[in-house]
Amino acid sequence: MKGSRSRSVLPGFGLTMGITVFYLGIIVLIPLSCIFLKTMELSWGGFWSTVTGPRVLASYKISLLTSLAAALVNVVFGMIVAWVLVRYRFPGKRLLDSLVDLPFALPTAVAGVALTAIYAPNGWIGKWLEPLGLKVAFTPLGITIALIFIGLPFIVRTVQPVLEDMDKEVEEAAVMLGAGRWRTIFRVVLPELTPALLTGFALAFARGIGEYGSVVFISGNMPMKTEIAPLLIMTRLESFELEQATAIAVVLLLMSFAMLLVINYIQWRAGKRTLAE
Amino acid sequence: MAGGIATSRATKADPAADRSRTTPTTEPRAVKWLLIGIAVLFLTVVVLLPLVTVFVEGLKRGWDVYISALTDPDAVSALKLTLLVAAIAVPLNAIFGIAASWLIAKFSFRGKNLLLSLIDLPFSVSPVIAGFMFLLLFGAQGYLGPWLDDRGLQVVFATPGIILATMFVTFPFVARELIPLMQAQGTLEEEAAATLGAKGFRIFWSVTLPNIKWGLLYGLVLCNARAMGEFGAVSVVSGHIRGETNTLPLHVEILYNEYQFSASFAAASLLMLLALLTLGAKSLVEWKTAQRNEDREG
Repeated sequence: MKGSRSRSVLPGFGLTMGITVFYLGIIVLIPLSCIFLKTMELSWGGFWSTVTGPRVLASYKISLLTSLAAALVNVVFGMIVAWVLVRYRFPGKRLLDSLVDLPFALPTAVAGVALTAIYAPNGWIGKWLEPLGLKVAFTPLGITIALIFIGLPFIVRTVQPVLEDMDKEVEEAAVMLGAGRWRTIFRVVLPELTPALLTGFALAFARGIGEYGSVVFISGNMPMKTEIAPLLIMTRLESFELEQATAIAVVLLLMSFAMLLVINYIQWRAGKRTLAE
Repeated sequence: MAGGIATSRATKADPAADRSRTTPTTEPRAVKWLLIGIAVLFLTVVVLLPLVTVFVEGLKRGWDVYISALTDPDAVSALKLTLLVAAIAVPLNAIFGIAASWLIAKFSFRGKNLLLSLIDLPFSVSPVIAGFMFLLLFGAQGYLGPWLDDRGLQVVFATPGIILATMFVTFPFVARELIPLMQAQGTLEEEAAATLGAKGFRIFWSVTLPNIKWGLLYGLVLCNARAMGEFGAVSVVSGHIRGETNTLPLHVEILYNEYQFSASFAAASLLMLLALLTLGAKSLVEWKTAQRNEDREG
């Protein structure tokens, strides 16, 4: 299809190109470039001292670590959920399948207040954990739980289709060659799923770094301890420190774009592998 | 479709599993039920529990408190603003999504991959940064701020800013659903229509649209859910003026921070209903699509 020189008989190229580029420019490209334009106005020294300040560094660290932990938990449990949904039949399966999408459909603020009500010291689960000395709400653990909620569908929904398309013949072949069930899973099934798992992981991780609504309620927002980077941007905006907010935001944006590149690279490699086969 | 095949095969293997405990390509029954148990428990704690919490906390102090929280003037105006924002942002994003997917699926041109990446860009921008961008553009100290001010126009801390921020975060949803669908459909049917003399809009209306209508509906539903529920981006540009620039998610936050938990959860339960409707619509669309594919194959 690509590279066909003949002009398409279909109409609308100019019109749809015009609408797409115009709308993309107005809504996405021009506003986004403002952040970078504003960064140009900062002096390098000012920029550097802002983004390496202890409170800012701490917020990056908290955002990255909690997102990483949540994405890792989701890789393990998301994989199990996807496996169960594809390979087994049991009552309530369709309900379970729809439940996976709730975090996509639910406003983040609602997730935030609900999770806080559950894990606060007097909350549904929190009051049982409190006597055990385990604090969830207003600690990094609480942030991680919110990000597990947010990230879950990313893993399940990227692994599920790959698992569905996977030929059982490959597993049967492994068995014929003498591999046991566990060996088949670890040497045949998991390697096949790795690109999807990595993509899902990267998507969940990237979403976690930027997440705001579900986290602000449960995190307690203590500087240096439970203050995430997006919240710090918000705090700087509220005190009209635009330069500082810009510097923190640019670094966060670059992190997200780096994740985007990683995701594209994984998918490009996976695509190449399939073609080679 | 392949999923259906895979599961039906797995079930065919089940009776055999009963006899010899396990076949080479299934797990032992104990492992199977252990995995199902883990999945159910995990989803119950992570997803189902928050769902139930919203309704229980909302109704905790009785039906009267719940109703009065929802009929409070601030709640009503927040709901109205949320509906208004979605009513503007969703159709505009739908027009863009249809145009972009037509462009990408029906023509080949240079820079297509770049365009695809740019369409996905809003997904990887933190909502707070999304709001911040519009503040830098239209705020009092922003690039266009003084110009707008001279003309007495206000964008941020007013409804237009909320709409723009919402349009940014929901930008990719419709296009994302339609592009793979239209690419899979190919161009043959449209080309046939064009050869038979149909004009542009007619081709789209009577050839393309029937093929993509369920995907379009799903894209609209997702876009709408996000538009009504967006919090971070809207929070930056709204200014939180009660009765004026407060959307429903912001209303939930304000009540929560004022320790009016029941009222806050009552408002949250409306948004939860919206989310459940969205999931219902998704199931419906998937069912319809599966049915269509079966019709075609049969």
